[in-house]
Amino acid sequence: MTTGPNDLRALTPNPGAADPLASVEGVVEGLAAVGYIASRRIATALYMAAHLQKPILVEGVAGVGKTELALSAARLLGLPLIRLQCYEGLDEARALYEWKYGKQLLYTQILKDHLGPELGEAPDLASAMARLQGAGDLFFSEPFLEPRPLLQALRTEGGAVLLIDEIDKSDEAFEAFLLEMLSAFQVSIPEIGVIKAETPPMVFLTSNNVRDLGDALKRRCLHLHIPLPDQALEERIVAARAPEVEARLRIALVTFVQGLRRLDLRKPPSISETVDWARALVLLHARTLDPTLVRETLNVLLKFESDIAAAEAKLDDLLSAAPDRGRGHARR
Amino acid sequence: MPAAEVGVLADFIRALRASEVRVSPAETIDAHRALADIGFADRTLVRDALAATLAKSAEEAARFDACFDLFFSRREFKTGAADAAPAEGLEAMILGEDAAGLAQAMEAAADAVGAGDIQLTTQRGLFARRLLDEMGLRGLETRIAGLRESEAADERVLAERLGQGRADLFVQAGAFVDRQARLYAGETGRRLREQILARQAFTAVADEDVRAMEALVRRMARRLAQRYARRRHRAKIGKLDVRHTVRRSLAHGGVPFDLVWKRQKVEKPRIVVVCDVSRSVAAAAQFLLLFLHCLKEVVERLDAFAFSDRLVAVNDLLDDETVDDAITLILERVGFRPTDYGRALEDLFDHHGASLDRRTTVIILGDGRSNYVEPRLDLMRRVADQTRSVIWLNPEPETYWGQGDSRMDAYARFCRVAKTCNTLTGLERIIDDVLRTHLPR
Repeated sequence: MTTGPNDLRALTPNPGAADPLASVEGVVEGLAAVGYIASRRIATALYMAAHLQKPILVEGVAGVGKTELALSAARLLGLPLIRLQCYEGLDEARALYEWKYGKQLLYTQILKDHLGPELGEAPDLASAMARLQGAGDLFFSEPFLEPRPLLQALRTEGGAVLLIDEIDKSDEAFEAFLLEMLSAFQVSIPEIGVIKAETPPMVFLTSNNVRDLGDALKRRCLHLHIPLPDQALEERIVAARAPEVEARLRIALVTFVQGLRRLDLRKPPSISETVDWARALVLLHARTLDPTLVRETLNVLLKFESDIAAAEAKLDDLLSAAPDRGRGHARR
Repeated sequence: MPAAEVGVLADFIRALRASEVRVSPAETIDAHRALADIGFADRTLVRDALAATLAKSAEEAARFDACFDLFFSRREFKTGAADAAPAEGLEAMILGEDAAGLAQAMEAAADAVGAGDIQLTTQRGLFARRLLDEMGLRGLETRIAGLRESEAADERVLAERLGQGRADLFVQAGAFVDRQARLYAGETGRRLREQILARQAFTAVADEDVRAMEALVRRMARRLAQRYARRRHRAKIGKLDVRHTVRRSLAHGGVPFDLVWKRQKVEKPRIVVVCDVSRSVAAAAQFLLLFLHCLKEVVERLDAFAFSDRLVAVNDLLDDETVDDAITLILERVGFRPTDYGRALEDLFDHHGASLDRRTTVIILGDGRSNYVEPRLDLMRRVADQTRSVIWLNPEPETYWGQGDSRMDAYARFCRVAKTCNTLTGLERIIDDVLRTHLPR
């Protein structure tokens, strides 16, 4: 049986480490420790979000690591991650709370027998009504409340990381509904009252720019745009996410992907595709970028037939560029 | 935070607003809180922190970076240093080649004359002069003049050196004010020009402004497209139709077995545009076509026709070619010939009669001048009867309608709206009206 302090240590994510949010460098290192290679701008945004207690709105093309940032932040802080996936038609019943109708019904059925004698004692209709009134309120109380992600995030003790994914896919009405939650970290439930978070959750909103978000929402958030990474950063990301890949192959494959992005493609490969491809190459026991192999695995990187055709036409150029520049890197 | 730093941040936010990054007071407060937390010591950190609090989209972030670099290239980053060395005499600084001192004196003078208030790039000369006056240029000039008169050779040499210093000072002040203008006036000047352009008659747009005008057209069209794209979206979301649900539940003994959802009928607008491209209205036609081309996202069914004597469909051209090429091609094919409205209306009915139905709004752009040939008012009446409405946009002012060979007064009777429209603002307003009447809220 260990002592108290040791138990606490086991609960904290980074035993022995200082508060990861104490400085921007701390955030960079902390994120790297949980497998997320962050640029300074990303780390600064995270640092500010924690210190100003504001939500972060993360924008960027698909697969650039928006959702992953929230997941990594949760791991870094050792907080539970609560995720709300947005879609068209999402409403507060599915985002905030709902009454457990089934339970309410069940309870009324079970309690029916008790209600008879209770009310039977009442001398007249008016007093029976008064009693029923008191009982009715019981059914709209906390035990019958089904918390949905937003309410869960507010009520989690010790805070949580709330990820509101793809907010741009929700309706404008839902966006407006979020405003109270995002600025004051509280929600109003008509039957119960205002529920306020004791420890405000750290909120991430992600957007793919399907539609423009309203100004009111933007104003309440810190804004972070994650661009596609440059060569050096991407190499580090691949090294962190797919450590099995040898250094030479890593440099070559990242150079190849960077070259692909310079082509005029409908959907250029983003980081997640690079990582997937690196893992695929490892599975196929590749040691170098062999043209046939690249041709066969292009569908991991590119998701449109027209893009694959365009890339295949330029394949030789891209591959001839890759090893040379790769060697240059190795020398350095 | 010390007052000096508050001032720097306020100036920076003003510069940001000038480069079209919208910053609200709430965000200003956030920025202050952020800086109070992280301090001014680390330039990258300050930039990233301010970017996160102040720039709210990818485009704004790019503009923010540019503005940040420009703004803080000029200032000594640690603001505390500014009050350290007291400014000495201008002459002493020139002779001592004290560049830092001169720069500081210039900063101080700039604050004193309010160089940050510069609004237009044309004010640069004025502000440079005020700046130099504040630094004590007049004193320097009298001194130089005095020295030049002098008998002593070394004093004349001194005059030369001071003269050289003065020339350098002019250059520096010019550069300084340039930077101020780029920071604070660049965008206001552009905005002012755009405002003027939007209200300028199409025919009066100078060649060098055409590009700016086109950019403006695109932006206006995008704004409208965005507004109405949203609205159409909303119309799709259903609500429970309580009345009908209860009604149907009667069949099941009051159990709401069938749910009925409210439906909103979305009438897809259909717009037929008939554009006169004869010489007199070609300029306006060019912008109208461009505008409509940009609106394609909202108006799914848009048929565009162009004519001067014969009428041709130009849909494919607008779809396949870039806007510029399309417009040139259209003008080559049918443009610049004498107008014949009667013939054009005949063509419209003979070849494209099917595209006119009661959901169609017809927008005609033209001056209504038919060169004294038969205007075929009977066909115009049929157009008005068959379609939802006819809107006629005429670049000529109303007082000219019906004068000379203009039959506009006669045509106008068949139009729901007949308006003079020769500016971009007018065009936007009218298209907005058309879309609003068509699309459900």
